[in-house]
Amino acid sequence: MLRKVRVQEAPFDFGAEAQGFADAQRGMGAVVTFTGIVRDLDGTLARMVIEHYPGMTEKALSKIAEDAHARWSLGGSLIIHRHGALGPDEMIMMVATASKHRKDAFEAAMFLMDYLKSRAPFWKKEETGGAAEWVAPRGADEDALKDWE
Amino acid sequence: MNIMYFAWVRERIGAPSEEVVTGAATVADLVAELRGRGPRHAAAFADLSALRVAVDQELTDFDAPLKGVREVAFFPPMTGG
Repeated sequence: MLRKVRVQEAPFDFGAEAQGFADAQRGMGAVVTFTGIVRDLDGTLARMVIEHYPGMTEKALSKIAEDAHARWSLGGSLIIHRHGALGPDEMIMMVATASKHRKDAFEAAMFLMDYLKSRAPFWKKEETGGAAEWVAPRGADEDALKDWE
Repeated sequence: MNIMYFAWVRERIGAPSEEVVTGAATVADLVAELRGRGPRHAAAFADLSALRVAVDQELTDFDAPLKGVREVAFFPPMTGG
């Protein structure tokens, strides 16, 4: 069973990662991918800086992946999450899941996303021209976890 | 014991980490000690409902025991993804 977690500062090649992930699967009928992108909602964002907790981040993401594999029938999963300074429209992270049937891959991808938003030690700071502000957690993100309990 | 701070907690404290010698039995006891270190610490720990804590890199609660613990981290709710 293929389970990969990567935390890195450098950009990743989404196409190559998705292709490589799909190519590594055997007997899987479905691959689902999700990509998170830096949003510039009102055209003022200079950059987004993502801080993380080296050591704990990898452990937390691995645990979330492990929980997904325990819950759904998955052939593989991949989580890539960046840290450091990112510009508008840059890719922040991606997840990929593979399963025999699409439902497992879709649900597991949602689960990975919901948990890594609120349970993996990342913090986003948005920098505009003169100001910098830490992104506040959304109540909806915390509520999403309740649906999985 | 190594105490680590992230995001606005780190900014408020003014340092990413510090070594602390403590006999605190729980995270809450440790917080009470840290608050006494000065105004920056008092400001960072003013509202515990705005903070999360990890003990030896595992998320936990403020009543978690500290016996044998090497690393405690304080930070705001996480915003990954």
